[in-house]
Amino acid sequence: MTSKTTPASASASSSTPRRSNVLTLMMLACLVYFLLPLFWLVVSATKDNGSLFSTFGLWFGGGFHLFGNLHDVFTYNDGIYGRWLLNTALYAVVSSVGAAFLAALGGYAFAKFRFPGRTLLFSIVLGSIMVPSTVLTIPTYLLFSKIGLVNTPLAVIIPMLLSPFGIYLMRVYADGAVPDSLIDAARMDGAGALRTFWQVGFRLMLPGFVTVLLFQLVGSWNNYFLPLIMLNNPKLYPVTIGLAQWQAQAGGLGGAHALFSIVITGSLVSILPLVAAFLLLQRYWKGGLATGAVKD
Amino acid sequence: MSQTVPPAAARRVPPPVVLKTRRPWRSSTREALTAYGFVAPFMILFAALLVVPLGYAGYLSLFRSQLVGGNVFAGLANYRQALDDPLFQEGVLRMARFLVIQVPVMLAASLLFALALDSGRLRFPRLIRLGIFVPYAIPSVIAALMWGYLYGPDFGPFAQLARGVGLDTPGFLSPHWILASLANIVTWEFVGYNMIIMFAALQSVSPTLYEAAAVDGAGAFRVAWHIKIPAIRPALMLSVIFSVIGTFQLFNEPKLLSAIAPQAISTSYTPNMYAYTLVFTNQEVNYSSAVSFLLGAVIVVVSYAVQLASQRKARRS
Repeated sequence: MTSKTTPASASASSSTPRRSNVLTLMMLACLVYFLLPLFWLVVSATKDNGSLFSTFGLWFGGGFHLFGNLHDVFTYNDGIYGRWLLNTALYAVVSSVGAAFLAALGGYAFAKFRFPGRTLLFSIVLGSIMVPSTVLTIPTYLLFSKIGLVNTPLAVIIPMLLSPFGIYLMRVYADGAVPDSLIDAARMDGAGALRTFWQVGFRLMLPGFVTVLLFQLVGSWNNYFLPLIMLNNPKLYPVTIGLAQWQAQAGGLGGAHALFSIVITGSLVSILPLVAAFLLLQRYWKGGLATGAVKD
Repeated sequence: MSQTVPPAAARRVPPPVVLKTRRPWRSSTREALTAYGFVAPFMILFAALLVVPLGYAGYLSLFRSQLVGGNVFAGLANYRQALDDPLFQEGVLRMARFLVIQVPVMLAASLLFALALDSGRLRFPRLIRLGIFVPYAIPSVIAALMWGYLYGPDFGPFAQLARGVGLDTPGFLSPHWILASLANIVTWEFVGYNMIIMFAALQSVSPTLYEAAAVDGAGAFRVAWHIKIPAIRPALMLSVIFSVIGTFQLFNEPKLLSAIAPQAISTSYTPNMYAYTLVFTNQEVNYSSAVSFLLGAVIVVVSYAVQLASQRKARRS
């Protein structure tokens, strides 16, 4: 495969240094810090509200209530949690596939075509990475409310279709992974520009595409500010907004403490899909990120 | 793919004889139009979601709504007001303090981890890499929620441990410690992400660069300091700039923690929270736009300053 020419695979260390036990132990100690909250989350998801308070937080105790908690999460408030999960999945998948595809198309054109305004347009897009999303989100909300988009799924999907960093990454990736000679050959064979892109360019850019897709998926799945502003119908909430609201109810003064175990178990369920996606797609995003990091 | 493609032979036309350029299809107007077709979907969205809202916010920031007379043009009055607004100033200064402490600590940790992984001396490198990276896949809402419980004075394990050995309950959520507690959450979330960017860059440094140095007797630390770190300067800059942008925009973590620590985190704790409060609590859309713009200006200025400083340093060395 020609994608081997990407910088990610450029390193082939010839000599393997000796393994160091001291260094490994130090890193494993650091690892405890990163995994501690997750361990706490798993442990706490097995406890009922009483034992959350009465047993030590970082170890199991007070019986195994995971399945009861799961049942509570999915039935509380008429089972709205399941709906929140589906909303999150819908918003995240549609917007990240869309964003990655638009970035691939644009990045390919910026890398492989010469056209008037190319440098100017690309500089503007690149500069926009520095525009803080706050500056954009509130006026976008005001504009969306004028055209009746607020409080609809589109209000949280459309803004996430735009990924200036994605188009930058795809351009760099197309530069490195798609040889001109292959494009020329395809064009000589009479393939149209779109077909050449789809059958030659896109395939070679696939690792970069998955990278943009994955990071946009995380951005969208984890988004809080945008849906907080755009949505006020609980049925449209993504899981982040819903859990934050339950948490506020549970934590408020004299609040419903019975909600704690639901919030904790709901949090655990909501992070599983992304963690799984990252583990499964490792091969892709590692190579893709390398490209973005190398050519700056 | 579902569409049927006509056989290539049927559509093949003899290539036009053009003497001047090697790739005639590239320079023609038709090809420029094709390129515009490729970038058009992105650029249209870019205009609709970036240029227009930005322009609209700029326009709004120049007006003021009054009880009598409705919206009136106010020139730069909103900006003058924001510059003198102690709530805005405090927020920006708080984030600046956060920036100069949290970002260096986080990036230094990321760099150390990346160098350790790149050294090839670790056992279980995949496990360690993934374990450090995994917090990045956790929504900041959930991260703030988990740490909020861990910090908690009731059933937080640290409070339990402190009580167990007869100490005072640690005040992670007190006004004195809350900024550090927030810094810890952000560090936890993003060390792994920055580590992966740096590690990826390190992996693409040609080994010939430092194998020669090793032959000359340079130790691992000198190789890291003199060869590896300078070689990944672009990746480091990327991390720094993204951290600057992210810090000044801090919102989710303090917003979530403010539910359990309302005394420590006010509604104007960060500039971003202030802009949000101005619109959704105070209904001051125009003033909020000016605050957001000034925040954007701060971010752009600091980002450029960081880049300039780095370039000057690179030239000197």
